[in-house]
Amino acid sequence: MIKVQQEDFDVSAELAALAAGNHGIGGIVSFVGLVRDLVGPDNAEPALRAMTLEHYPAMTEKKLGDIEAQANARWPLEASLIIHRYGRLEPGAQIVLVACAAAHRQDAFDSCNFLMDWLKTEAPFWKLEETEAGEDWVDSRASDDAAAARWQAKPDRAAE
Amino acid sequence: MKILYFAWLRQRIGVAAEEFDLPADVTTIDDLVGYLTAKGPGYAKGFAEPQVIRAAVNYEYVPFDHKLSNNDEVAFFPPVTGG
Repeated sequence: MIKVQQEDFDVSAELAALAAGNHGIGGIVSFVGLVRDLVGPDNAEPALRAMTLEHYPAMTEKKLGDIEAQANARWPLEASLIIHRYGRLEPGAQIVLVACAAAHRQDAFDSCNFLMDWLKTEAPFWKLEETEAGEDWVDSRASDDAAAARWQAKPDRAAE
Repeated sequence: MKILYFAWLRQRIGVAAEEFDLPADVTTIDDLVGYLTAKGPGYAKGFAEPQVIRAAVNYEYVPFDHKLSNNDEVAFFPPVTGG
């Protein structure tokens, strides 16, 4: 299931709803992404006031649906959920929830990891940071591209 | 065709979306980038480094040699930073 929304989400309620009525589920792996402040121990960066997430609604729905379908084709999942928020979010706020439910834990761990990696490189969201120094768009990270690419290079567990 | 811009590309160009008929000499994304770049200083600034811009046609990522049709919804944007 895909939800793209402005409002916050309740992780335990979402996980309970995901598993409700399906006793074939042996485990759920979930990832929650939060708005992280930029300030390090050395105070080298200006404090983050907020982050605004912009997105391309029609494409977001399509890409997240495609990514979820790929995960379900690759791992035997009983249920899956992606929630991604947009709009202005303050430090500590929840941005994203990915949850994968499967009979066995490894499929749940691997598919959740896969979904996050692909979401970061494929889903059309952009982050605008607001600090004391002004506004700036977050740059994409080469490490995210590398993280997504490893799923192409590595055969999935079913093929091993 | 409908064209959408996002993030800093939208800010530099100054509009979020526009619609016009595909000019006769524009057949690919690459041609369209060239056409848009010549439209004004905001466009020129936005497309100054076309290699960093990603293009989507009808909600799918496409390479710059992708052929366009007048019914397409085209989007240009910087690399994505969600999650």
